Amino acid sequence: MRRVAVVGAGMTLFRHRMLETGKEMAFEASRMALDQAGLDIKDVDSVVLGSAPDAFDGVHMKGEYLLDGAGGTRKPYTRVFVGGGTGVFVPIAAWWQVASGVADIVLVVGEEKMSPLLPHPQYAFWSIFDPILERPLGVTLLWIFSLEMRRYMHVYNVSEEDIALVAVKNKRNALDHPAAQLAANITVDDVLKSEPICWPVKRLDVSPTSDGAAAVVLASEDIARRITDDPVWITGVGWNVDSTYWTNRDLCYPEYLEKAANMAYRMAHISDPKKEIDFAEVYDPFDYKELHHMEGLQLARRGEAPKLTREGVTQRDGDLPINPSGGLLGVGNPIAAAGMMKIAEVFWQLRGEAGKRQVKKPVRRGLAQAWGDLMQVGTVVIMER
Amino acid sequence: MTKVAIIGVGYSGYAPLTPHMSFKEMMFEAAKRAYTDAGINPRTDVGSFICCEEDLWEGISITDEYVPDQLGGAQRAVCTVSDDGLVGLINGYMQIKSGLTDVVVVESHSKLSNVVSQGDVTRMSFEPYYERPFLTAETAVALEMRRYMFERELDDDIPAMVVAKNKKNGLGNPRAPYSAILSMDEVLSSPMVCEPLRKAHIPEPADGCSVTVLASEEKARILVDQPVWIRGVGWFSDTPWVSQRDFSKAVYAEGSSKMAYKMAGVNTPAKHFDFIEVDDSYGYKELQHLEALGVYTKENIKRAVEVGETDLRGPLPVNPSGGKISLGDMVEANGLVRVVEAVLTLRGQGPRSLRGAKHALVQSWRGPPTASGSTVILEV
Amino acid sequence: MESKKTLPGTPITGTEWENDVYSFRKHSVQLRYAWDAGSAVSGFLEGLKEGRILGRRCNRCMRVLVPPRAFCERCFRSTDEWVEVKDTGKINTYSVSYVNNDASRRDKPLIVAVIEIDGASPGMGFLHVLGEVEPSKVHVDMKVKAVWKPRDERVGAITDIKYFKPLEV
Repeated sequence: MRRVAVVGAGMTLFRHRMLETGKEMAFEASRMALDQAGLDIKDVDSVVLGSAPDAFDGVHMKGEYLLDGAGGTRKPYTRVFVGGGTGVFVPIAAWWQVASGVADIVLVVGEEKMSPLLPHPQYAFWSIFDPILERPLGVTLLWIFSLEMRRYMHVYNVSEEDIALVAVKNKRNALDHPAAQLAANITVDDVLKSEPICWPVKRLDVSPTSDGAAAVVLASEDIARRITDDPVWITGVGWNVDSTYWTNRDLCYPEYLEKAANMAYRMAHISDPKKEIDFAEVYDPFDYKELHHMEGLQLARRGEAPKLTREGVTQRDGDLPINPSGGLLGVGNPIAAAGMMKIAEVFWQLRGEAGKRQVKKPVRRGLAQAWGDLMQVGTVVIMER
Repeated sequence: MTKVAIIGVGYSGYAPLTPHMSFKEMMFEAAKRAYTDAGINPRTDVGSFICCEEDLWEGISITDEYVPDQLGGAQRAVCTVSDDGLVGLINGYMQIKSGLTDVVVVESHSKLSNVVSQGDVTRMSFEPYYERPFLTAETAVALEMRRYMFERELDDDIPAMVVAKNKKNGLGNPRAPYSAILSMDEVLSSPMVCEPLRKAHIPEPADGCSVTVLASEEKARILVDQPVWIRGVGWFSDTPWVSQRDFSKAVYAEGSSKMAYKMAGVNTPAKHFDFIEVDDSYGYKELQHLEALGVYTKENIKRAVEVGETDLRGPLPVNPSGGKISLGDMVEANGLVRVVEAVLTLRGQGPRSLRGAKHALVQSWRGPPTASGSTVILEV
Repeated sequence: MESKKTLPGTPITGTEWENDVYSFRKHSVQLRYAWDAGSAVSGFLEGLKEGRILGRRCNRCMRVLVPPRAFCERCFRSTDEWVEVKDTGKINTYSVSYVNNDASRRDKPLIVAVIEIDGASPGMGFLHVLGEVEPSKVHVDMKVKAVWKPRDERVGAITDIKYFKPLEV
C-alpha cells in the first residue's frame, strides 16, 4: 500500500445560486487546487469527480458533461456517487488509484449545482424514495430527517435546545470562512423560534441548498515530498452503506457510520478515537446530525454528544473542535462540494493555513466525514501530518 | 503488489422483458450465481461492493440506496461508480491492488424495459445550451458514422457485414436474445433512421444483470481452480463536446488500451490475443475500435473484415459472444456483460473453436453521446 | 488559503433571478417509468387490495420482514413463506410536515410516521401517515390501527391504507 498525500486544495464560494455553470465551478476549484500544489493539468494522471443526483442539473450522466471543467479531457476520468456521502468518498476513490500504483497524481473534484431545478432544488428529493411503497404517500426528504431527529431525541432524551447549540456554533464559526453562504451570529432562541418545516425540524436547524465546487490534489509519497514540504497524509479511509429498508432500522444511532469509522480507524491504527483524533469535520446538514455523527464516530458515547457541546468541548478553542469551518449549516450545502469542503478544511487546519478559523490547540490528526442516502451511508477520511 | 483475478461470474435476464422480477430480484439472482461460482459468502468474505448504475435509467435518484441488500452488502462497504461496468471492475481491481481488501464484488444491471421514455432520458445527456437543441443519440451517432466512413472510404457494406457477423455469432450463445441469421442485404434494406444509420445497425434494449467477483492472488488460488487474471486495465475520456471530436478516431479506446498494454507488457496487440470483445454498436464502431486498439490499422481493417479475419473461425475472432447487437444494449452493464462472456470463453465454456484460448481483450464504450471508454486484458 | 480574500464565484440574488437579469435556458421533460414490482412487492400489493398486510419470513434468522422481500439481507438467502401480520402497530418515530416536496407550504400539516407493525419482527416498520389525531397528541410508542379504503376503492397500492389512527386502549 503506497502512502498517499494531499498536496493542494481549492474551492469556490458557496451560494444558493451562482452564475457559473457546473463545468466552470469545477474548473475554478481545480485550478486553485493545482495552483496551491504548484502543478499543471498536464501533470495529472487521472481525475475523479463526485457529484450528487443528476436530477438537480437536468443532465443525465452528468459526470460526462462535467468532465472538461474538471480537467478530465483526454485523461482517465471517473465519477463516483454515494449520495450525500460523496464529498468524502471521492477522495477515497482517488486514494485507491494512487495507493494501487495505477496513478501518481490525481485531481479530485466535488461539484454541485442544485439551483437549476425548478421550482426548488428540494423537489429533486422525492425521487430518491421507493417508487411503489413510498412515493405515493407524497414523501419529501425532510420527512426522513425529522423522523430520525425525533427518534434520536426520544431515545437519548435530547432537547431541541441542546440541538440548537450546534446551529449557533457552526453559523458563528462560518463567519470566518470566505466561502460561507449562511454565516451569522444567532442565538438558541432564534433557532427555536424559526418556522417549523417538518417538526421537530425548524428553518434554522437546516443547511441550505447551494451551488459550489471544491477540489484537492492527491500525490504518491515520492512526488508529494518533491513538490511540497508539508504533505498531509491520508492514513485511514472507510465507508459503509446500510440496508435500503430504513424503516426497519432504529434511527437513533448510525451503525453504518460506526462501521465506516472503524474501517478507517483500523487502517490508521487508531484504537481510542476520542483521544487520538484532534479535531473533526463532521457532516452537519441538520444540526442534530452533528451530534448523531459524533456518536457514530465514537468521538462521544451514545447520547453524550449534547453534553460535550453544552460544555464547549466542540468549540474551536475546546478539547475536540468539531466543524471549525462552520460546517454545512454555516458555509453551505452543495452536496458533493460540501463534503470536499470538509476535506479541504482538515487539510488547511493541519497545515496551519486556516487563518481565523484555525483551532486553538496544535493539531496533528484530523477526520472528515460525510453521510447520505436514506440515512444509510457513512464515509470517513483520516488525515495526518 | 498482488495480482488480481476474476474468480466468479453470474448473470440474470438478458431478455427484452423481465416482468417476473423487480430489479432487486434480478440482482439477487445474478449475485447468487456469481457467489456460488466463486465459492464465497458475501456476508463474510467480501470487502467491497461496487455497483455501476445511472439514476435516470433506474428512475430513482441516488440509486446506490437500493443496491446493498440483494447483493449481500447491507452494512458493508458499498459504492456506485457512475460509469460502465468495466470501469467498475477496474476500480475493484485497484481496490485489491492497493491492499485495501482481498475480495471485491462488481455489479451492473439494466432494466430498460421499465424505462418508458428512453429517448427523453438520452436527450437529457446532451449539453443543455449548444447540443441538446439539435442532437439525439441517433443524430450524434450518424454524424460520426458518416465522417468515419468518408475518411476510411468505406461503402455501406462493411458495417453491414459486421452486423451480420455478430448476429450470427450470437446464435451460438445461449445468452444472446437478439441473435439472428441476417444477411448484409437485409441490414442494408432495413429502414433508414438517420442517414447513414439504419434500424438494423442499432442494438435493441435488453434487461439483464452481471455480477463478477474479483480476488487477490492469494485468495484466488485458495478459492478456485481457474482464476482469470486481470493483466492490464485502462480507462480514458475524450472531450464531452460532440461537435469538437475527431470523428475518425476512438480516442477513448486508444487511450485506455495504451494504458492497459503498458501495464500488461503487451507490445504487439495485433498478435497477442486469441479473441477480442469490443463495443460493436452500429457496426462501424467495431472497426473504429479495432483500429484504436492497434489491432488493425486504418489501411488493413477493411480488407480484414472482407476476407473474414475477424469471423468466429478466423485468425482473430472479434465478438465471438455476438456483441451488443446480439446480447442487447444494457446501458451501464454492457462492459461487465462482455467481461462475463470473455471469462466464460476463457474457461472453455464459449464457442468450441475457442477452447484453449488464453488471452483476451475486452473493450467497452459508454455509449452516445459520450467519448469515454475502457479496456481490460484477461489471461488464463 | 489565508491569502485568498475572495474565492471565485458570482452569486445571483433572488431579485436578479426573478427579473431575468442573466440568460438561461429552460427544458421541461417528463420521464416516465414502469417499475416491475417483482414477486415480493406484487404479493404485498395484492394483500393490500384484500385488506391485509403481508410479510415474508426467513426461516434461518426467523425474522418476519415487512415490507416483504424475496431475499433476506442478513442471511443472504431467499425468504421462505408469506406471513399475514396485523394491521395495528406502534409508532417508532413521527414528524409533522408543514411543507410539500417542492418546498411550498402546506394548507394543513401532515403527520408522518414509521409504524412498527404487530406480528412482524421487532422494529419492522413501514412509512405511512397518521389521521384522526392532533399533532400535539402523537407520541413515540403510541398504538395505532390502519384505516382502509373501502374494498371497491382498493387497487393494490400503499395508499389502499388511507392512514393510521390512534387505537383506543
